[in-house]
Formats: sequence, structure tokens, C-alpha cells
Amino acid sequence: MIEARNICKSFGGSMVLDDVSVTFERGKTNLIIGASGSGKTVLMKCLVGLFKIEQGKILYDERIFSAMPSSELKELRREIGMLFQGGALFDSMTVEQNVIFPLSMFTRLSLSDRRDRANFCLQRVNLENVNHMYPAVLSGGMKKRVAIARAISMNPKYLFCDEPNSGLDPQTANVIDRLISEITQEYQMTTVVNTHDMNSVLEIGDKVAFIYKAKLWWEGNKEEILESDNPELKEFVFATELTRRLKQ
Amino acid sequence: MYWLRELGQYLLLVKEIFKKPENQKIYLRQITFEMDKLGLESLGIVAIISVFMGAVLCIQMAFNITHPLIPAYTIGLSVRESVVLEFSPTIISLILAGKVGSRIASEIGTMRVTEQIDALEIMGINPATFLIFPKIAAMVLINPVLIVFSMFLAIGGGWAAGVATGLVSSNTYIYGIQSFFIPFNIFYALIKTVVFAFLIASISGYHGFMTRGGALEVGTASTRGVVYSSIMIIFFNLILTQLLLT
Repeated sequence: MIEARNICKSFGGSMVLDDVSVTFERGKTNLIIGASGSGKTVLMKCLVGLFKIEQGKILYDERIFSAMPSSELKELRREIGMLFQGGALFDSMTVEQNVIFPLSMFTRLSLSDRRDRANFCLQRVNLENVNHMYPAVLSGGMKKRVAIARAISMNPKYLFCDEPNSGLDPQTANVIDRLISEITQEYQMTTVVNTHDMNSVLEIGDKVAFIYKAKLWWEGNKEEILESDNPELKEFVFATELTRRLKQ
Repeated sequence: MYWLRELGQYLLLVKEIFKKPENQKIYLRQITFEMDKLGLESLGIVAIISVFMGAVLCIQMAFNITHPLIPAYTIGLSVRESVVLEFSPTIISLILAGKVGSRIASEIGTMRVTEQIDALEIMGINPATFLIFPKIAAMVLINPVLIVFSMFLAIGGGWAAGVATGLVSSNTYIYGIQSFFIPFNIFYALIKTVVFAFLIASISGYHGFMTRGGALEVGTASTRGVVYSSIMIIFFNLILTQLLLT
């Protein structure tokens, strides 16, 4: 479980996160939704420690992440996997080398064991025969799947996904969403997904946190979101013709 | 105060770079890889520039030394001194600042804007150490080799030009390059190359690492990496010369 308690973050005097408290549960796909610029990416970057919070606390299973000494932080980071918006695969490495990389850095596994683990992770994300390809020749969806394989290679307890289906067609986006949800349940991870895609929300949103004007505006799940009376949430959810028709 | 902030950030990054590596075996492999990419791939340009600069130096010396009291072997001696003291360590380092510095800054800058550095940090890897330390180590190890290689080629280029044009005989030139040899000059040149190698890799690495934004900023970081490394090479050249030769 990951908890954010009363966290605040500002850039150049403008408040981006204002007293946000939210809990992300284990074994569930927790979604952070909100319009562009609402602060959801900043919230995720604060949660993983890429941005320092100005106030409040972040706890990973009761361990205070935001006040950890760097040695403990390094250990905890090995329990975190992250899927970045663009994949963030290392261009100079092949697909297999990308997946093996965290294992080579932090484990004493033999090369054949590392390869086996990489192949297992790649198969888990339905990728085969791409081991020796470079990220530059992969499609957007394949890159995301390799990034998921790399993120799960160390058996993380916590998985963060920043807009996992941005730039993907609806079918591929659906595949990625389902994969994240399946992996979360299979490995009982605490998964936090940052998205503004309503399809993802309705597909995998075990828990949904809506960020609006730097605050946590609404919390619920995928069933509750369609029935909510919160005007700002309704405006966000039913912003497209498709969701309006679905509502009718 | 802008430069003071930049200097402070640079020094903090250098401190971060020299933190204990997570996995020494992988770092060793990275250093070997960088020695190939940053050093051996520069052999061609170093060779071409050295041979031609040595040749030009020899011809210019021959045309300028016209006084009958100055012996002809002075041509070889002057070429050797110019090459060892200044041309190879400083000019070749400036050229490498352009070639290698832009490569380092743009590579690390691209990794920054495509979130690859964030990915390293999330994994629990110190990105400054992982990305910049092997480049510094590789440059510090390979730059003296390149410079010594350049010295031989430049002196050889001078010999070829002098003999081919008939400005100096082979024996006279060789006598010249052996005359009044001061071994400390080689030591001085090598000290300079090690310092310059550190400056090129660390300054370019710093500019790449601090890149924020997109493709345009990567280009800017690359340019700044080259410009600042070159300025610092010139500056430290003066300081080291003052410290070591006076």
C-alpha cells in the first residue's frame, strides 16, 4: 500500500499539489485521472521521488519514503518498477539487454538465468522474437510492452505507469491496460496508473483518484465514476461525444 | 551570479559522479565501451590533423629560419617542441572537445529528455555515476594514448614534408628532433592531457545531464558543452603552464 498524506508541491510560486492525501491499495490498479496540467504527473513523480515534496509524507507499506536516508531509498527503489510515457528504453541496448539490465545491476544471477528471466518477462507481455531488436525499430505498443517487461523483471512490489496508452490505438491501448491489470493481480502489486483515457478508467479502474486544480477532488471506482454528481468530475468524464452517448 | 550557480551545480554533480558504483563489473565494461567509442573512434581525425599540422609546422619553420647562423636541425627541434608542448596536448584536446564533447552532451541530453535518466534513478541507480563516470575514466585513460600517438604522427608528418620538399634533409631533421630533449616536457604534456580529458568529459556530461526540454535544448546543451570545455581547456592550459614550466 502507498499513502500520500497532505502532500504539497509548487513550482515558481504556483501550487501544483495542494494538501493531497490519497491511498493506493495493494493488488489493485489505482488510477490517477485529471486534465492535462492538473498535477497528476507531478503527483506520480512525487510518489516515486523524482520530485521532492514540500510538505506531508509518502509512505510505502508504513515506511516513510519521503524522509528515507539515501541508502534505504536505494533499497526501496529496487521494489519499484516504472513504465514511462515514452517507454524510456535505453536506445543503446537491445530489447533483451534492456530487460536484463536491472538484473545485471542488482542480482548475482548467472547470464543464462538472467536471460531466462528476461524471456519469461517478455513472454508475459506477449512479446517473442524481439530479443535482439533495438528499441528504435519497435512500434509504440511494443516499446510499452518491453518497458513493462523491464519494470517487472525485478519482481517489484510497486508498479507506476505514466500514461501507459498515450499515442496508442484503442486496441493496443486496451491490450496494455489489460496487461497492467493482470500483472497487478497476478503479483499482488500496488499499481498506480496515471491516465486521462476514460476507456482505461472504465476497463481497469479498481480505484480512481481525480485531481482537479491541484487538489484531490474525488475518489471512487470505475462503477461509481459514471454515477457521480461531482460537477467537475462529470465535466471531465463526459467531455467526449462517446462517453456522453454511453451515459445516455 | 549565473556563473557561480553553474559552478556550484557542476561541483555538486562531480561529487555525485564519484560516489561508489553499484556494480563494479558493469562499470568496468562501460569504461571499456567508452574507451572504444570516445577514444579509438577518434584515432582517424587525430591522425589526419596531426600529420598535416606537423607538415605545415615544418614548412613554416623552414621558411622562417633563414638566418645563416641558425642551424638547419633547428627545424626538427622546433617542430618537436611545438608538437610536444602545445600542438598535441592542447590543439588535439580542443578538437576532441568538439568531437567527443558534443557526443557526450547530446547522448546524455537525449537520455534526459526521453526520461531514460529518470528510469535509471527509479531503478535505484545513480545516473550521474553510471553515465558520466565511465566517460571520464575512459577519456582520462585514452586521451594520453591519443596525444602520444598524435605527437609521433605530427613529428613524422614534419619529417615527410621537410624531406619531400627538400627543405631539410632526413638526417638533419632527425638530429634536430633528438637535440636538447627534455623528458619533463613529455610529463608536462601528459599532465595537461589528463586534466583536459577530465574537463571535456565532465563539462560536456554536466551540460547533457542538466538538459531540460526537448530536441532544441539537446542541441543547445551540446553546443554549450563544446564551448565551455574549450574555454576551460584554454584557461587550464595557462594555469598548468604557469605551474609546471616556471
